[in-house]
Amino acid sequence: MSLRIVVCVKYVPDATGDRKFADDLTVDRDDVDGLLSELDEYAVEQALQIADEADDAEITVLTVGPEDAKDALRKALSMGADKAVHVEDDDLHGTDVMGTSLVLAKAIEKTGYDLVIAGMASTDGTMGVLPAILAERLGVPQVTLLSEVSVADGVVKGRRDGDTASEQLEASLPAVVSVTDQSGEARYPSFKGIMAAKKKPVESLDLDDLDIDAEEVGLEGAWTKVDSAAERPARTAGTIVKDEGEGGKQLAEYLAGQKFI
Amino acid sequence: MAEVLVYVDHVDGAVRKPTLELLTLARRVGEPVAVALGSGAEATAATLAEHGAVKVLTADAPEFADYLVVPKVDALQAAYEAVSPAAVLVPSSAEGKEIAARLAVRIKSGIITDAVDLEAGDEGPVATQSAFAASYTTKSRVSNGTPVITVKPNSAAVEAAPAAGTVEALTVSFSEKATGTKVVSRTPRESTGRPDLTEAAIVVSGGRGVNGAENFSIIEALADSLGAAVGASRAAVDAGWYPHSNQVGQTGKSVSPQLYIASGISGAIQHRAGMQTSKTIVAINKDAEAPIFDLVDYGVVGDLFDVVPALTEEVKTRKG
Ligand SMILES: Cc1cc2nc3c(=O)[nH]c(=O)nc-3n(C[C@H](O)[C@H](O)[C@H](O)COP(=O)(O)OP(=O)(O)OC[C@H]3O[C@@H](n4cnc5c(N)ncnc54)[C@H](O)[C@@H]3O)c2cc1C
Ligand SMILES: Cc1cc2nc3c(=O)[nH]c(=O)nc-3n(C[C@H](O)[C@H](O)[C@H](O)COP(=O)(O)OP(=O)(O)OC[C@H]3O[C@@H](n4cnc5c(N)ncnc54)[C@H](O)[C@@H]3O)c2cc1C
Repeated sequence: MSLRIVVCVKYVPDATGDRKFADDLTVDRDDVDGLLSELDEYAVEQALQIADEADDAEITVLTVGPEDAKDALRKALSMGADKAVHVEDDDLHGTDVMGTSLVLAKAIEKTGYDLVIAGMASTDGTMGVLPAILAERLGVPQVTLLSEVSVADGVVKGRRDGDTASEQLEASLPAVVSVTDQSGEARYPSFKGIMAAKKKPVESLDLDDLDIDAEEVGLEGAWTKVDSAAERPARTAGTIVKDEGEGGKQLAEYLAGQKFI
Repeated sequence: MAEVLVYVDHVDGAVRKPTLELLTLARRVGEPVAVALGSGAEATAATLAEHGAVKVLTADAPEFADYLVVPKVDALQAAYEAVSPAAVLVPSSAEGKEIAARLAVRIKSGIITDAVDLEAGDEGPVATQSAFAASYTTKSRVSNGTPVITVKPNSAAVEAAPAAGTVEALTVSFSEKATGTKVVSRTPRESTGRPDLTEAAIVVSGGRGVNGAENFSIIEALADSLGAAVGASRAAVDAGWYPHSNQVGQTGKSVSPQLYIASGISGAIQHRAGMQTSKTIVAINKDAEAPIFDLVDYGVVGDLFDVVPALTEEVKTRKG
């Protein structure tokens, strides 16, 4: 029987660009190029490796995002995923994590799944909670923040390196997994992969297709509200000295002046 | 005054510092009721009372250690139902965020993660967050349900404020899903004797410029002279020179110490995401053009193999 893997991937503004908030305090998507959140490449990579180990597997990549989010799906397809689902609807603008997770959960259920794989955190919102919320909403085990993962005989196993301990985890499928950037380098799409991706199916869904009311999502439907966003004042230029033999001493002098010594 | 639930992060009864900071912040929005789970839960009561907990709800069961996250969500939900709080505050650890998020779904509330400050507001607690690698500061609140907010370490100075701290046993009935994810084994992290990275007042970090695992001893020596924690960039971690648990940055620990000293670190955006809110930033780098110098209060352009040992000697001399 085929192992159905759904990988959640997010389209985010490039972190090396000048990221900003728009006037309505949502992420400004016009000024900075978007891309597949780099941490989700690790999720795609693990999906590909798990699929390789399975007798028969199918990988669907799923995103909730604006029109340009197709670019993120194409990247994942060119890495080797089989098909894509894009949830796209003007009413989704400004959705918070509760709304996003609702949409993802419904899209995952509609697609059908044995295993959901996500990144450890997005590189824009960086909440790091969406996979746990998906597990709660889907009513399946969460096996999250894994630096190592494997699937065999309907069981997912993985290693979670926590603050105070490293844990070996185990759960039966269906389950939601998230992987960290320690899980293994993500592959680069090959030329062949890029060409093949152009022919792979991308299904578009809107809120109607998922039986979700517009009031449940978007800026109005959000359960959180951003009241203000202020650019952090540029740090006042610090003192920079060149080490000509006295650098260590000068630094010690500074630290003593600041009462650190 | 309204009660506020505070989830307690502790190791066998030893309360971790972020929880004490949380109690300090919680007092701005209500009366803290602490929830301590697992082995040693009752032993936390004295410390929690000293820091303002009017009540400490405790529960212990093998489920908390044997299964991932969900049993704790069940318990926090039981506490929520027993207290009907005005807000739920949880430390922003990886696990804390997951517990908070799942609770928020169950009680139909919005969630704010990684707050760096918290104030009472007309429409409930207002959280300050720092966004886009700390280049923005936002103020947000939960507009639906009981605010669930996770707070980053080092967001407040710990203030003692003795309160009753009455211990009450919390009755928890575990949900069917509680045993879904088994913790098959657990290997505790070996203690280095140095302060915890996220809690330390001073962090000394090394990057690719340290050029080898063996050279990290000079970073450690500086850290020890200052009573500091040791951090590392991802380049140093990926090279195998230092453990991943010490990585500072977007996918490592996020630190906000009084003093951050970066040696041989260029200051990539993902590294800055984890340290940019440090109060005082110092860098040692041989490249005067390194982006890290844009952030520093004090920078030394020089070879870290000269500057760091000289600094360590000087610190030792001054400290006598
Ligand atoms: C700076 C900033 C701060 C924010 N703070 C909050 C807040 O405190 N509370 C709140 O409710 N909302 C917040 N949001 C909105 C929130 O980030 C989005 O709703 C988001 O889609 C879900 O959270 P995340 O991106 O942080 O996901 P994370 O929980 O960090 O994401 C983990 C994984 O979930 C998957 N995933 C996440 N989003 C999508 C998607 N759209 N499509 C497919 N897969 C996805 C990816 O695999 C990702 O790696 C914030 C947004 C920004 C830009
Ligand atoms: C999704 C993602 C997540 C990431 N997460 C993190 C993260 O959490 N943390 C993190 O740190 N990085 C992270 N990175 C990696 C990040 O982009 C950088 O690659 C990394 O921070 C570089 O580390 P570095 O500064 O030590 O190395 P480099 O950028 O190579 O800098 C080394 C510096 O050392 C200086 N130097 C060399 N020799 C000496 C000497 N003898 N004396 C003084 N100075 C010297 C050089 O001038 C240079 O500036 C992430 C990247 C991605 C894509």
